[in-house]
Amino acid sequence: MVSPDDVEKIANLADISLSRDRLGEFTREFNAILDYFNVLDTVREEAGEGGCEFNVMREDEITLSLPQDEVLALPRESEDGFIKAPRVME
Amino acid sequence: MKAAAPAGGDDPFNAFITRCEGKPAGKGMLAGLMVAVKDNISTRGIPTSCGSRILEGYTPPYNAHVVDLILGEGAGIAGKTNMDEFGMGSSTENSAFGPTKNPVDPSRVPGGSSGGSAAAVAAGLVPVALGSDTGGSIRCPAAFCGIVGLKPSYGRVSRYGLVAYANSLEQIGPLARTVGEVSLLMEVISRYDPRDSTMRDQPFSPRLTGDVKSLRIGVPAEFFGAGVDPAVAEKVRAAIAVMEEMGAHVIPCSMPSMAYALAAYYVTCTSEASSNLARFDGVRYGPSDDIRMPWHDAFREVRAKGFGEEVRRRILLGTFALSAGYYGKYYAKAQAARRNVRADFARIFRDVDVIAGPTMPTVAFRIGEKTDPLSMYLSDILTVPANLAGIPAVSVPCGMVNGLPVGLQIMGKPFEDERVLDVAYAYEQGAGR
Repeated sequence: MVSPDDVEKIANLADISLSRDRLGEFTREFNAILDYFNVLDTVREEAGEGGCEFNVMREDEITLSLPQDEVLALPRESEDGFIKAPRVME
Repeated sequence: MKAAAPAGGDDPFNAFITRCEGKPAGKGMLAGLMVAVKDNISTRGIPTSCGSRILEGYTPPYNAHVVDLILGEGAGIAGKTNMDEFGMGSSTENSAFGPTKNPVDPSRVPGGSSGGSAAAVAAGLVPVALGSDTGGSIRCPAAFCGIVGLKPSYGRVSRYGLVAYANSLEQIGPLARTVGEVSLLMEVISRYDPRDSTMRDQPFSPRLTGDVKSLRIGVPAEFFGAGVDPAVAEKVRAAIAVMEEMGAHVIPCSMPSMAYALAAYYVTCTSEASSNLARFDGVRYGPSDDIRMPWHDAFREVRAKGFGEEVRRRILLGTFALSAGYYGKYYAKAQAARRNVRADFARIFRDVDVIAGPTMPTVAFRIGEKTDPLSMYLSDILTVPANLAGIPAVSVPCGMVNGLPVGLQIMGKPFEDERVLDVAYAYEQGAGR
């Protein structure tokens, strides 16, 4: 079981804020889902390898990128060809 | 199937987020066809929102590979379709643009997350559409709306330009009213793209023979177990019997990993989502607040306004499942479970050619009916195994229960998308649609 404080802590880690008045209900639903996940405790690994996704390796070649002016038209602010971001240091 | 009478306007079921003026070109395999495109597939010059406020105002400067392919074959884009935010849902109720309604019964959900694409096809607004399927998001709405939808094998269709939610599970795929149209669209979108490093250069080559003589159809008991509406199960068994009459052999089988497949799916997709959705910070695109605020404050504020509750829930679940101290209990166990699901399929496929069962455990439920997130998750129990194993799976209509469509799901061996569609075609022809 996780507590509302735990949920808030996880939310902070993920940079997600939760509204205070929904926190209790959110925690209850969260616990119901985690409780359902407990069925994974019964998993016994019987299979070995196996799968069907794979990665294709290639040389890292320089190709054309998107036009800079189109990309810089997307953020709220840019300067000298760079995107302006919030301050990291406080 | 006949759609309910439109309630007025040219989009009575709220299938579209954006309508487009584009006209189809006159040349190519898709000449003259208007295609509806799910709003998590990037379209140059056309807003792409993923059903989320956090991408408000975002217009991609490039096309997804599949979009370039359909335009190159003469199709036009009819619009961008409504969806559960970032694909997170099974009903298309979790959209910042309001719920989509099911054209068969507008008081019901169309399924999700590609509900807008399925509703647009079912309502006759477009002949074909593109969706994406992470845990059933093409097959579920296809089943609920009474149309055909294919989740291709993992690695069969380029994901370049698909806004990522859970990379190891999702594929773009076609929806249409007939297997033939699904096959045609699949032929176009499966062309190789080196920009998706998980893609194999093995374009789909259509083979609709309609012949199921001596085909071995595996029927896992677990697909007809607890939680599956008996009336739905009966319809699907009757559909399998139609193929048996056409000369197929039905082979009962068992899939023990179904006991934990859904939990493995939700741990995996939420973990991948918690990583993928970290990119939405309002800095490079999308709405941003005052950038003079410190990073975490700005980041948290934009995400609080931009993400809906289900998206926040899944990011939190994934963050938790990957956190130190819980990783072994959740994520590592889910990957072991996933290997067992694959092993179960591999074992069954030694004795059968395809596996058949219901697509969804029930018919379409009422809008607003499922308020508890876990009960919504449980409706994906029959579709997630194919995503965990990366195998192809199609949903094809097989009749009605209480006036609502039922989908027959056919799953195949990896990269046997052709056979899966051929079996669906045989059923479609045999059932005399």
